[in-house]
Amino acid sequence: MTAAVFFGCAFIAFGPAFSLFIFTIAKDPLRVIILIAGAFFWLVSLLLSSLVWFIATKATNAQDLTLQKNLLIFGSIFSVILQEVFRFAYYRLLRKANEGLAAISEEDGPALSVREMAYVAGLGFGIMSGAFSMINTLSDSLGPGTVGMFGDSQYYFITSALMTLALTLLHTFWGVVFFEGCERKRWWVIAVVLCLHLMVFSLSLLNPFYVGSILPVYAIMLLMAVWAFFSSGGSLHNITLLWTCRKSNTETSS
Amino acid sequence: MGLESSKWAIIFLVCWLYKNVSCNSVEQKIYVELNNTVPCVRLLNATHQIGCQSSISGDTGVIHVLESEADLEWPLSKGPNPPYMVLLESSLFTRSIMMKMKNESNRVAGVAVVVPNTSPPEFSPHTTCPNENTGVYSDNYGPNLAHCNTTVWNPLGNGLSYEEFDFPVFSLKEDNETEFIKQCYLDHNRAVNGSAPQYPLCAMQLFSHMHAVTNTPTCMRRNDINFSINPEMVCDPLGDYNVWGSIRPYNDTVLGHKENESVVIAAARLDSRAFFWEVSTGAEGSISGFVTLLAAAQALREVTHKAPPTRNILFAFFQGVSSFCLPKQVSLETFDYIGSSRMVYDMENGKFVIDLDNVHSILEIGQVAVHSGTNLFLHSDPVSRSNDTVNDEVENFVKNLQSSTAGLSFLLVEPNVSQPLPPSSLQRFLRAQPIPGIVLADHESAFNNRYYESFYDNAANLNLTYPSDLSPEEQLEFVTETAKSLTDVATVVARALYKQAGGDDSQVNTIKADPKIVTQMLYGFLVSSNNSWFQAVMAPELKNILKPSPPEYYVGVVMSSTPTRLVQYLLANLTGAATNLTQSQCQKPDELPNESRQMYSYLWVQGIVPPNSTQRDSFCVRASVRLTKAVSPAFELGEYASKDYSTWTESRWKFIKARIFLVASRDLEMLTLGVGVAVLFTSLLVTYFISTKADVLFSSTREPASAAY
Repeated sequence: MTAAVFFGCAFIAFGPAFSLFIFTIAKDPLRVIILIAGAFFWLVSLLLSSLVWFIATKATNAQDLTLQKNLLIFGSIFSVILQEVFRFAYYRLLRKANEGLAAISEEDGPALSVREMAYVAGLGFGIMSGAFSMINTLSDSLGPGTVGMFGDSQYYFITSALMTLALTLLHTFWGVVFFEGCERKRWWVIAVVLCLHLMVFSLSLLNPFYVGSILPVYAIMLLMAVWAFFSSGGSLHNITLLWTCRKSNTETSS
Repeated sequence: MGLESSKWAIIFLVCWLYKNVSCNSVEQKIYVELNNTVPCVRLLNATHQIGCQSSISGDTGVIHVLESEADLEWPLSKGPNPPYMVLLESSLFTRSIMMKMKNESNRVAGVAVVVPNTSPPEFSPHTTCPNENTGVYSDNYGPNLAHCNTTVWNPLGNGLSYEEFDFPVFSLKEDNETEFIKQCYLDHNRAVNGSAPQYPLCAMQLFSHMHAVTNTPTCMRRNDINFSINPEMVCDPLGDYNVWGSIRPYNDTVLGHKENESVVIAAARLDSRAFFWEVSTGAEGSISGFVTLLAAAQALREVTHKAPPTRNILFAFFQGVSSFCLPKQVSLETFDYIGSSRMVYDMENGKFVIDLDNVHSILEIGQVAVHSGTNLFLHSDPVSRSNDTVNDEVENFVKNLQSSTAGLSFLLVEPNVSQPLPPSSLQRFLRAQPIPGIVLADHESAFNNRYYESFYDNAANLNLTYPSDLSPEEQLEFVTETAKSLTDVATVVARALYKQAGGDDSQVNTIKADPKIVTQMLYGFLVSSNNSWFQAVMAPELKNILKPSPPEYYVGVVMSSTPTRLVQYLLANLTGAATNLTQSQCQKPDELPNESRQMYSYLWVQGIVPPNSTQRDSFCVRASVRLTKAVSPAFELGEYASKDYSTWTESRWKFIKARIFLVASRDLEMLTLGVGVAVLFTSLLVTYFISTKADVLFSSTREPASAAY
């Protein structure tokens, strides 16, 4: 659409991920390494699942549109499953590598707790997923035209950015919850994460009915945020503590 | 080892699959590329630039389909979403509308003209007085005849070809793409009950950025700047090749004046004309002329071998070609007579096989196809005829011509009033020397041609019709009425030339042009150049320039164009002789005792396909047909601001394209940006806050009772 839309959508889609990166990850090289490795794992899962989809489409009739759409859905479901599998694989890899990381870190003892690794791994998945969803669309938003010639909604760019934002944060929260579940051997957590991921995917199929797709996805994201907060050691008590701390801080300072 | 080879197998598979990926990207949802568009490009001469220009990143405008001249108010003043891209039907492509848009060009982003399949009643983008500054008539020579004071040759001309526009002008065909554009306009851009149309609006973007500016001396100077290893050229001089042939051959290496040599020149123009770069033809404007001359040359072949005339006859075809992607497909002859001025210059400076003193008289075949009566007219120059010798010669020539029409259905008549020569190459010869000359044309005063130098000067303008049930090969052979009348003209021309060259009077009545050849040439030049006869006369390496449509009259500046090549090979076929030489001998004929490349040119042509075989019967043609460069002398001399010679150049460009898409409102864009900035700042603040308080928030391992800080 123009530079305004390009920057607007870029900020919407990558703003939170960018700020998370700057304030929590950039200072610690170990976290950066885990972030990038996490992104790579997501990328590999996407590559393998897209190979499957690609072979399926090439082996069938390209003119049959419903068949192609069904193949796309099948491919995406396969991709979701594969992403969760790779998340699990990354978890196992990080557990195994913990000793090695301890050796190269500057402090004594485990360099990163599992919780931190979970968060960083989730963010890695989220950033790479967001990049792949959004970069192509962003580059097309730079030109003078907007979507709509063939009946698509003109809010395409904004809603894509909002979906990408939600997906990035969702991947982060899922990472936290997933790793916690694996640590505590609560296998039902993995199943729930997988189901939620599939639900988000199927909601995105409702596009361009954006009210039906974006609002539920954001609702799920808020739910996941709360769950991730609690599973990473937060509690209501801490929040009240925070609040009273601030209050007393302001009292004492004023 | 097994793992490694399977790794390679996977990599190979991935690479192979990747090659076949097809895109279904967002870009396809947004833009629709327009493929069948023809741009208007920029041309420059010594003092001006004409044509159109777009900005370097294209010009975007909201589409508005103009319904009438009064509707111009919307894009020019009333419309709320400037700038506009105005879509015109060709009936509205008039001078007044274009000039109004030119004056308000900050609200007009560009113009797209829809060219219909049927011709309008008249349309000529050239000026009313073509070539008025570069002909022979000026303040020094026939001042009362100059600048069309006595006769306006092209009264229907609107002069649009010579205007400068600072927005792009493209032409569209009347096809599915144009329907799509109009539908997009109807869906999105129509104002309902006087209120402004709602966003998103349908818009078009045209790219046709031209590199050259101001005038020819400026762009030629910029061509010479050598900043880098690959210097960028900004413009090219217009030019191509003239084709000439003669009855008796000349030695190519002996140039300049020839003692006791007297030559009758028969000339015609080869140009193609149209406003936009299209399948343009110039049927009446030029094709009628050179087809007649080619047929006359063929008619003279036999008699000039049997009973050679005293003087030599030289057939000259002055090329007007558009160079590379010329939109105003105007001929060089239109652009100030580039072809003929170059030949005159060469003759004056001893660079041609003869010089002006060897020229006895000149007959030029002008526009001869559209009769409005049964007569054709013989135009001559009254100023040179004020000299008695010249006058006597001209009258003799007229007599020869008039007596050649014996037995035919029309007469040759001189115009009633004393009027100047119409725009013709003969004028350039007269500028150099008063030579007796006649221009043969079908119009007594103003042109009969209603589409002079426009896209509509095509086969329909000549009433060239074929019965509907014929196959292409049968159409090629079918002798149309137009062909018959042009054949008669060719017969007259041939006889007159023979008489003028001092031939034997008893042989004159044996000279007859062949209607079959004329109709085949008309078919090849106006309907489809990829036919069996053209294939047979062309060289094997050139057979790809023949297409199932009329020849394209555009090509790079230094190459010769399709019509030039076609006329060269046709003239060789019609006036030359087939020989027994093999292909290698044809390329090196000097090794043989009786052949000489200096006297003749040797062309290896494809020949016909015999009935029971698939191989062509190729052979070597020996003809006294030559090509000479037709680039204005101004560029040879380096006089880029010359007033005597043509200084036309054409600008270069990087790419030309057009596309349509929807544009969103400014408000939505700003809203998106605002939301983005808000999200970014909020997330920065929240993240900072949470990360500094992280140990408080995520501290389930600590004592619940924490001290208040």
